[in-house]
Amino acid sequence: MGKLFSSLFRHPSGRIGLVIIGLYLLAAILGTLGLTPHDPLKLFAIDRLKAPSETYWFGTDLLGRDAFSRLMVGIRQSMLIAFASVAIATVAGTIIGLLSAWWGGIWDGIFMRVMDVLLAFPAILLALLIIAIVGPGTMTSVAAIAIVYTPIFARVVRGPALSLKQRDFVDAARTFGSSQGYVLTRHLLLNLVAPLAVQVTLALAWALLTEAGLSFLGLGTQPPTPSLGLMLAESRNLMTHAPWLMIFPAVTIMLGILGFNLTGDALRDILDPRTQRREA
Amino acid sequence: MSYVAQRLLTFPLILLGVSILVFVAIRLVPGDAITAMLGTEAGLLTPAQREALSVYFGIDQPIWAQYLRWLTGLFQGDLGISSIYGKPVFTVILERFPLTLQLSLMSMVIALSVGVPLGVLAASRNERPSDLVVRVLAMLGQSTPNFVVGILIIYVLSVFFGFVPAMGTFTPLFVDPLASIGQLIFPAITLGFAFAASVTRISRSAMLDVLSDDYVRTARSKGATPMSVIWHHALPNALIPVVTLSGVEFGYLLGGAVIVEQIFALPGLGRLVLDAITQRDYALVQGTVLFIAFNFLVVNLLVDLTYVALDPRIRIGRR
Repeated sequence: MGKLFSSLFRHPSGRIGLVIIGLYLLAAILGTLGLTPHDPLKLFAIDRLKAPSETYWFGTDLLGRDAFSRLMVGIRQSMLIAFASVAIATVAGTIIGLLSAWWGGIWDGIFMRVMDVLLAFPAILLALLIIAIVGPGTMTSVAAIAIVYTPIFARVVRGPALSLKQRDFVDAARTFGSSQGYVLTRHLLLNLVAPLAVQVTLALAWALLTEAGLSFLGLGTQPPTPSLGLMLAESRNLMTHAPWLMIFPAVTIMLGILGFNLTGDALRDILDPRTQRREA
Repeated sequence: MSYVAQRLLTFPLILLGVSILVFVAIRLVPGDAITAMLGTEAGLLTPAQREALSVYFGIDQPIWAQYLRWLTGLFQGDLGISSIYGKPVFTVILERFPLTLQLSLMSMVIALSVGVPLGVLAASRNERPSDLVVRVLAMLGQSTPNFVVGILIIYVLSVFFGFVPAMGTFTPLFVDPLASIGQLIFPAITLGFAFAASVTRISRSAMLDVLSDDYVRTARSKGATPMSVIWHHALPNALIPVVTLSGVEFGYLLGGAVIVEQIFALPGLGRLVLDAITQRDYALVQGTVLFIAFNFLVVNLLVDLTYVALDPRIRIGRR
């Protein structure tokens, strides 16, 4: 783990990615602890639509709320939803993929066709359908993004798990009388950590993007909780008067996604020597 | 069983699964269907009227009977009546589809005409400054959500050029081709942005793979010019993964670019889904989602079949 971390740090894009993720995690933690320059919900009525200054680093919005503090809390909200949904999708997808490969036959067929049905919807559409049923909100966003990404993890796990299942060391372990659970976790799962790590990092980038998109449409995080997508959507009518309200959320969303994409690419380079120096 | 046969056999099965999922999902919505259909006016109904309506819509039947009824309707092109528009759902979808189709095609043309040359350029100058510049741009492009691109485009146009892109209107292509393309050009650039970045990345890595192949070395040693090696010998083979990526991406775009259509106020399929969801028009949600999933599956099937045609090795049954 420590070794992986240091080789990530030696990889040029991995280093930039890790620094960005680190900064975002810091902002998220400070935002959670309430250590923002101002109260993100407080209305400074006389300071409405102020340009960036020493008091308000990124300016204030139409209601006089401090944009920098709102961005910090918005980052916390995005990271929370991204990590929670990807964690659920990883666990669910890994279990489905592993069991599908291990049991094979009719179970493999059933599991994988169900995953195919979920994959038949463009991601944002499936998320919208779930929101239509449950109603928008933080928990719905987490559930929607998790359901969208579960089939992808199931596929990522099933392929390598199928070929691992045929390997001699798995047969040997079973001959020794290792329990099924032990073989599955110890021999299959441990060997799947590399492809999973890459997929998790890239999925985090996509989860951030999807969350921002849903909030932008007003179907994700609900006000007054600050969210990056909603801040950007609200800036639209003010963009000529208060461009800072648009620029900062836009850059914040982009950089966050970039951080995870860079790290994911670097991870792929490091863990899969075949693609080294190939992917841009 | 061959790969093609397997794909063709599972296709109707997945479609059936999709229809069941969509049907059940809509019935999970809390509250009864009559209230959902009529909104606040449902409060004015007498119990007898309510009864009559549920018999009329078949809601008094058990759920599997309702599903069978809906499924038979599907085969006759009957997706129900939209409560927002008061028209058959299928008619509403067909009114919105041309815009989405044209927008998807335009974005794909933009993405391919920018992405392929950039990818080839980067590959042919591997690890040199121009390669690095292209790679950084592609990475940035891939990390920028399309709504950020769209808003930035609108901002730059209005602030620096005093120009506001036409919104809310759409002239069909065959009525006035120039106006039609003009109305969709900025939304198409917005959608084509990240798409072009993906095309650049995949054509670069495919090109690098091909350039190290033996037959390319042969072409070089028999004295073909570098230009001819790249464009005539290497590119055709490097295009196979580009075709696959573009196909899949095109399938996504056909589902309606929900967010971009929202930003540019375009009456396409994506806006239709969003309106249907926010205004709780369940027949419309059901119909459009099914229509989009169907398109997506068909495009993916075509992509897979094209891939098999381009690369005969798969026919024997990979996966």
